[in-house]
Amino acid sequence: MSKETTDEKNKEKSEAELLTTPLTDLMQELGGKMVPFAGYLMPVQFAMGVRREHLWTRESCGLFDVSHMGQARLRANNPAQALEKIVPGNIKGLDSHLQRYTLLLNEDGGIIDDLMVSRPDDDGLMLVVNAACKDKDYARIGEALHNIAELETIEDRALIAVQGPKAAEVFAKFMPAACDMVFMQCGHFSLFGHDVIASRSGYTGEDGFEISLPGRHAEEIVREILSDQRIKPIGLGARDSLRLEAGLCLSGHDFTEEHTPISAGLAWAVPKTRRERADFPGAERILSELKSQPTKKRVGICPIGKAPAREGTEIFVNGKRIGKITSGGFGPSFGGPIAMGYVKAEYSAIDTELDLIIRGKPYPAKVVAMPFVPQNYYRGKGA
Amino acid sequence: MADLYFTEEHEWVSVNGDTAIVGITSYATEQLGDIVFVELPDIGKTVKAGDETAVVESVKSASELFAPLSGEIISANEALEDAPETVNEDPQDRGWFFSIKIADKSELASLMDKEAYDSFVQGL
Repeated sequence: MSKETTDEKNKEKSEAELLTTPLTDLMQELGGKMVPFAGYLMPVQFAMGVRREHLWTRESCGLFDVSHMGQARLRANNPAQALEKIVPGNIKGLDSHLQRYTLLLNEDGGIIDDLMVSRPDDDGLMLVVNAACKDKDYARIGEALHNIAELETIEDRALIAVQGPKAAEVFAKFMPAACDMVFMQCGHFSLFGHDVIASRSGYTGEDGFEISLPGRHAEEIVREILSDQRIKPIGLGARDSLRLEAGLCLSGHDFTEEHTPISAGLAWAVPKTRRERADFPGAERILSELKSQPTKKRVGICPIGKAPAREGTEIFVNGKRIGKITSGGFGPSFGGPIAMGYVKAEYSAIDTELDLIIRGKPYPAKVVAMPFVPQNYYRGKGA
Repeated sequence: MADLYFTEEHEWVSVNGDTAIVGITSYATEQLGDIVFVELPDIGKTVKAGDETAVVESVKSASELFAPLSGEIISANEALEDAPETVNEDPQDRGWFFSIKIADKSELASLMDKEAYDSFVQGL
């Protein structure tokens, strides 16, 4: 038995060179199986294993160390106006205590990364970018905005995500004021006596919080949180299966600089006001794709049968190659294999029948709507 | 009484006469995590030692099982197709994958006994 190419690519640094987070020691102590990821030593799973960790998050609450992600502040006379030069989101319309998902674009409108932008306070904008894209993102922001804004990367804070239907119930005890927030709100709160920045968001499809913690207190704070038996530490393995079931993109896989927001199925991240102003990179291409069609589109794909189709699996229709899987595996809550990938636009309609070539043999599949499991965001009482 | 052998690929091989039953070790299942899919070889297929013969997929990744010995596939554990989790629950018994009619018993010399395998795992 040997590892196949679908396993996590190990073009990573040797263990000694790997970076750690303020929570690495604790994750190890809690039984995390540590692997290299984006240059960091991170827990891929704990004793429960990926499947049960996944299910625990959907049924109760999981805690994820996501301190490897990049936290930064963008300061300028008008930081929203500055950032809008390189993202298609409505950042000027981002009021205090709100957070927004947007996309960092190259000059051709290709997606460099996705990121969260928030205004927890009056200190410019807070950005959270993907670990694997940090250097590229910071270089892009620094170059594009060098004379109008200043980017400060934050290295002394940890970041955790607490995700699941019981997150708010548990945090009602730890951080009651934060539980008044609805999905995509943010602010400063006191957590066990420490000032933290929390948003009601995450990347699992569940209700929950992402919390930026002072690094030197991160371990004691997380120990306190984990004292509640409803919350368990969860590794990156389940984080990946949770986001895939939620239909959410993995940067660098489910979109790259080759894809525009339209091709990537993220047209909603280009709101009306920005379309009207057409003042973001690649606006001409993106607006023309909105009117006609991009040549390829990201779609949800459900293999019929039990065989998972992993990243890189080729997609055929009537013997013709029409696309490729970009994320795929097994959805523990969905109860079967799930995937997403790019297909030629003419094959992107729901229910289109596809063949996935797995180990040289065709397996039937079809295009489906995403998410694969219902989203469970908190939009307010009665909402 | 069957003789038990092991491979460096973490497969166990239970040999009785000229028949070998093949599965993966509990060390392998711990490394793989929850198994969600198993692809078995066709019965009657002839394999050479080292050939990719079956596939096991966990939530995380896909891995291959190699034929530990040359011969003909004479049976496959079809119960795994509906219940792949059996491999996690009972890797060294109910979680067997396939059996081979051994073509050349001299190939057994290339396999490890339990003691050798245990020290191999210790060294990992």
